[in-house]
Amino acid sequence: MTENIRLAFQGIWSHKLRSVLTMLGIIIGIAAIITIVSTIKGTNEQIKENLIGAGNNVVKVQLNQDGYPYEMNWNPLPQGVRMITERTRQQIEDIRGAEKVSLYTSRSYTEQVFYLNMQFNGEIYGIDEHYLSVYGYQIKTGRGFTESDYRDFRKVALVNTTAVSTLFGGESPVGKPIEVQGDVFTVVGVVTLSEDFAPTINTMNDYYLYADTSSGSIFLPNAVWPTAYQFDEPQNVAIRVENTDVMTTVGQKAAEILTENQIVDKTGKFDYRSLDMLEQAQQLQKMSESTNAQLVWIASISLLVGGIGVMNIMLVSVTERTSEIGLKKALGARKRRIRLQFLTEAAVLTSLGGVIGVVSGIGCAVLISNMMQIPVAIDVSAIFVAVVFSTLIGVIFGLLPAVKAANMNPIEALRRN
Amino acid sequence: MEILKLTDICKDYQQGKEPLRVLKNINLTVHQGDYLAIMGPSGSGKTTLMNLIGCLDVPTSGTYELEGKNLKDLNDDQLADIRNQHIGFVFQSFHLLPKMDALQNVALPLLYAGVPLKERLQRAEEALKAVGLEERMHFLPNQLSGGQCQRVAIARAMVGKPTMLLADEPTGALDTKSGNQIMEIFRQLSNDGMTIIMITHELSIAQCADKIYHILDGELFTDEAPSGEVDSHEE
Repeated sequence: MTENIRLAFQGIWSHKLRSVLTMLGIIIGIAAIITIVSTIKGTNEQIKENLIGAGNNVVKVQLNQDGYPYEMNWNPLPQGVRMITERTRQQIEDIRGAEKVSLYTSRSYTEQVFYLNMQFNGEIYGIDEHYLSVYGYQIKTGRGFTESDYRDFRKVALVNTTAVSTLFGGESPVGKPIEVQGDVFTVVGVVTLSEDFAPTINTMNDYYLYADTSSGSIFLPNAVWPTAYQFDEPQNVAIRVENTDVMTTVGQKAAEILTENQIVDKTGKFDYRSLDMLEQAQQLQKMSESTNAQLVWIASISLLVGGIGVMNIMLVSVTERTSEIGLKKALGARKRRIRLQFLTEAAVLTSLGGVIGVVSGIGCAVLISNMMQIPVAIDVSAIFVAVVFSTLIGVIFGLLPAVKAANMNPIEALRRN
Repeated sequence: MEILKLTDICKDYQQGKEPLRVLKNINLTVHQGDYLAIMGPSGSGKTTLMNLIGCLDVPTSGTYELEGKNLKDLNDDQLADIRNQHIGFVFQSFHLLPKMDALQNVALPLLYAGVPLKERLQRAEEALKAVGLEERMHFLPNQLSGGQCQRVAIARAMVGKPTMLLADEPTGALDTKSGNQIMEIFRQLSNDGMTIIMITHELSIAQCADKIYHILDGELFTDEAPSGEVDSHEE
């Protein structure tokens, strides 16, 4: 066997250009697969980092109906569910591991929100006085909401930096009026996520927001929310916890308290549930994977074409070496040995292509991750599979030429010289 | 001791619809240490006969006995083993593998016999020494002259200690001087007790052998009785 491998390398080396061209299909295929798999993994790592990475320890608890999140955007609170009271909020804050609790209402897609004649398409939130610190917002310019804003039902608003660029064209919005459902609100400040905190991604909407597909956010004091929208809207509960380890347990306890306190209708139709971070991560990862998995199939076609190329060259090689095969048979080489020699050569050729492909794939993955600023995540098992798979291609596509060589008639083979 | 016994060997080739009989009732007995030449013009069937004796081909009918063993109904791999263990081939065009040096070429049959590497090289070196090429054992075939290549080929044929040496026009590609050298080696091998069957169309080469057979239109005759009586076919 070592003899065969040595012979195979000799054969490959003596036809350098031909070997490289033959390997090219395998190289490209394997490189593409390694790149794609690494990019998928990198994106997944990134999603995970964003979700439960440093500084992001906010867990959200939502009202569910029949096991699915209740539609918060347009519906009032359903029958049998009470508004969340300050006492319950306190109770949640007292859970061990919880730091701060915020209650807020929201609309994902706004209508009838204008600055001058510009319509705003982002999200709008009705927030309590804890919201900004729970989510880690900082005041960039202007001021935040004060106690008197809440107490005196002032029609004031905060906007985030994205909204500044989408709605105000980059100009300072402080002091400018916006129209929400026909009511005028005055922008008093611009908020931004403090740099210590990664963006909070609890839902798909948050993800789109982070991915910059949103037009930004506008925040109103929840005291005046009913001015523009409805009085008894269902509230979201956001809890900042001490660290990510206690996230799940705090979320579950908060959900229990909320279900116990707020839901009068005990038939089980409604309950509060915390959003499981891992499940969220998986959901997002699946989204990025499914788009990229199709690319793997396309790359596999390159491998198939590469394999056919290998078969073609091996057939040429067998024909070229007819007299060698004839001699070996005359000297007493069994069929198996001839077959093995050519199979080894094909397998060595494709494995070599696989290894080169893996190396160039890693190179591409590093390059892409630098460009897209996602973490480099080389999948070791993918490398292993790629090399094994490329060897397998050699064996599969080398089989026909090898069998052809082994079944040659030694007389015919010797005669050709 | 009878090494090779061919009895009523016929060989047909399909040519179009009609089978063409290339060898007709060949009877040949070869004893240990015999040195014989088979002569014949091209198309006489001498190459076919050599292929049959060399177990590269199987007869259409008749029996082939090697050291008293009837080689009937053997498959390709069994024939390969017979060739490896019993027959040393010397070809007109040497058939050395161009990317291997002389030593590796000579050691090749031992690889197929399953001899370990160290012993292979040692025995190959001895075989090269016997043909006077020990100083050139790491030369590639294209660095050797035609005569030297053929001597490497003889070393390769002898390395496995075969039952007989089968040479097909061994001097056909060589000049007279190199040819004579090869014939001297054959004579030496014969004197040492090797059985040699040589196929040639040159009388001067055939005369180096102890016994000459003629083959004509697929029929084998001894030198003494070219008229071809059946009894005289057998030695």
